[in-house]
Amino acid sequence: MSTHAPTLRSKRRRSALRTAAFMSPWLIGFTVFFAYPLISTVYFSFMKYDGFNPPVWKGLGNWSYVFTDYPMFWPSLRNTLWLVVIMVACRVVFGLGVGMLITKIKTGTGIFRTLFYLPYLAPPVAATLAFVFLLNPGTGPVNTILGDLGLPTPGWFNDPAWSKPALTLLAVWGIGDLMVIFMAALLDVPKEQYEAAELDGASAWQRFRFVTLPNISPIVMFAVVTGVISAMQYYAQPLVAGKVASGIIGGSGQQFEPGYPDKSTLTLPQLVYNLGFQHFDYGSACVVALVLFVLAMAFTALLMRRRGGLIGAGD
Amino acid sequence: MASVPVLDERPGTAPESARDRTPAARTARRRALLHWIGIHSLGIAAALFFVLPFVFLFLTSVMSDQQALTRDLTPNTWEWGNYARVFDTPGFLTWWKNTLLYAGLGTVLSLVSSLPVAYALAKFRFRGRQLSLMLVISMMMLPPQVIIIPMYLFWAKQLDLSGSLWPLIIPLAFGDAFSIFLLRQFLLTIPNEYLDAAKVDGCGEFRTLIKVVLPMARPGIAAVALFQFFYAWNDYFGPQIYASENPAAWTLSYGLESFKGAHHTDWNLTMAATVLVMAPVILVFFFAQKAFVEGVTLTGVKG
Repeated sequence: MSTHAPTLRSKRRRSALRTAAFMSPWLIGFTVFFAYPLISTVYFSFMKYDGFNPPVWKGLGNWSYVFTDYPMFWPSLRNTLWLVVIMVACRVVFGLGVGMLITKIKTGTGIFRTLFYLPYLAPPVAATLAFVFLLNPGTGPVNTILGDLGLPTPGWFNDPAWSKPALTLLAVWGIGDLMVIFMAALLDVPKEQYEAAELDGASAWQRFRFVTLPNISPIVMFAVVTGVISAMQYYAQPLVAGKVASGIIGGSGQQFEPGYPDKSTLTLPQLVYNLGFQHFDYGSACVVALVLFVLAMAFTALLMRRRGGLIGAGD
Repeated sequence: MASVPVLDERPGTAPESARDRTPAARTARRRALLHWIGIHSLGIAAALFFVLPFVFLFLTSVMSDQQALTRDLTPNTWEWGNYARVFDTPGFLTWWKNTLLYAGLGTVLSLVSSLPVAYALAKFRFRGRQLSLMLVISMMMLPPQVIIIPMYLFWAKQLDLSGSLWPLIIPLAFGDAFSIFLLRQFLLTIPNEYLDAAKVDGCGEFRTLIKVVLPMARPGIAAVALFQFFYAWNDYFGPQIYASENPAAWTLSYGLESFKGAHHTDWNLTMAATVLVMAPVILVFFFAQKAFVEGVTLTGVKG
């Protein structure tokens, strides 16, 4: 016993050291690029700070400013809710539809799959620029074709009522990621269940409702929750679309207040930029950052909650 | 004697074609054909939706300056010189160089620093492993804007590195959460027997990682490298915060927007630049399609 204990202990110590060595890059990264700035963000949210003069305690002043006086906060939350409900739903439904279609296509499957997937790869700024051009109200190809067909020609990115639908169109164009995930899930549904349902005389809708959907529901949940998280973080597309459509692109001097047209494309991350880097109100920027943090983490918790769950946090 | 009934029952031979001629079989075949036509028409309609934006974008990129202002959909003359004009734009080549530096160096650094962490999270048993994993996932899900104020102050005021891409590259040397998570998912699929065998042969954990795990994890590493490369290529927020004040440090994704600003009405040149930003990503995809799709599946489906 007495001869075994030290070797066991030194063995344990060695394995703890080994673990620490392997984990060390991340331990430093976690401390310097996550824990420290997060605590710092909470600290600055109670401070008046512009980056030049030393920070001064401001209590809840920044918080009440953001929630009651800052004119962009509530419009951006309303926009986020719109995006969460409509854009995410469109993406999931369309992604599932295309995923089902690709499993049914028997001729040229590889070509179809590649074509459906390509738009997902388009860099966001490039794709946004392309869609602002395509949906350009005056001379864009989409309105040209709609006009030739005698259909209404909306103002798209230049009309507050149509800017979010236009962004939704852009988001739906890039559903390649969802298609691949749904395709894998659909191919995993046991064939026998479809055969049994067919023997029972189930219609196509009943087969979808009672066989397909229950089998793929974890993946649908995953698509919805990750969709909600990325809708809350939606940044480059609405900002670039607003800038390009408004014609105001900051070289030096010109300042673009995000949200064009009429605050309809504002999202929370844009407020952090607007407050912090355009108005040099770091305190209030940190308040918005914390609102964003709480929302993002709440949905991330939802992702991790199921044991062994959606993104495999369990064993 | 016995062979006759057997022959009769064999599917797909002569009796089958006799059965084919019954009205029931004919309607079944007609329905299958209609089904095939229906599905593939839908497929073609969907393909048009996904591909037409690329087509219009390309057609506009080769129009003349005058024609790009009209409602025309196809070019009258094919102005391939537009692409040369884009490359002649001051800065465009610098943006390329910067993007390649950010994407290339960032990918290498994040792979080297993330692999040991992912290996420990996948294969070591230690207290706090589950907590570490949850923190990695939280970091992965953290919107970059949440911590941008202190991070900017840190890089700009304390290290005086704003106006460059280093604030975006250096953190990748300390483990990238997304790469760690993805690699860990992949390493879970490597059976422990291989690792045990290496240890029986006298390899330490580090040698096991280099000699056994690294070669086996090549598809996972390829997927992570691709994602990291695309992330850097597509990043807009990072360069906007740290590089916007210094055009010599701009990346393609950030510079593209100002390109539109400088060529206000020249949609043809803007679209040519857009094609040039999209093309490398799509080319890389064609060469590495398998690794990419594998990565998408790994992030989506539980490990």
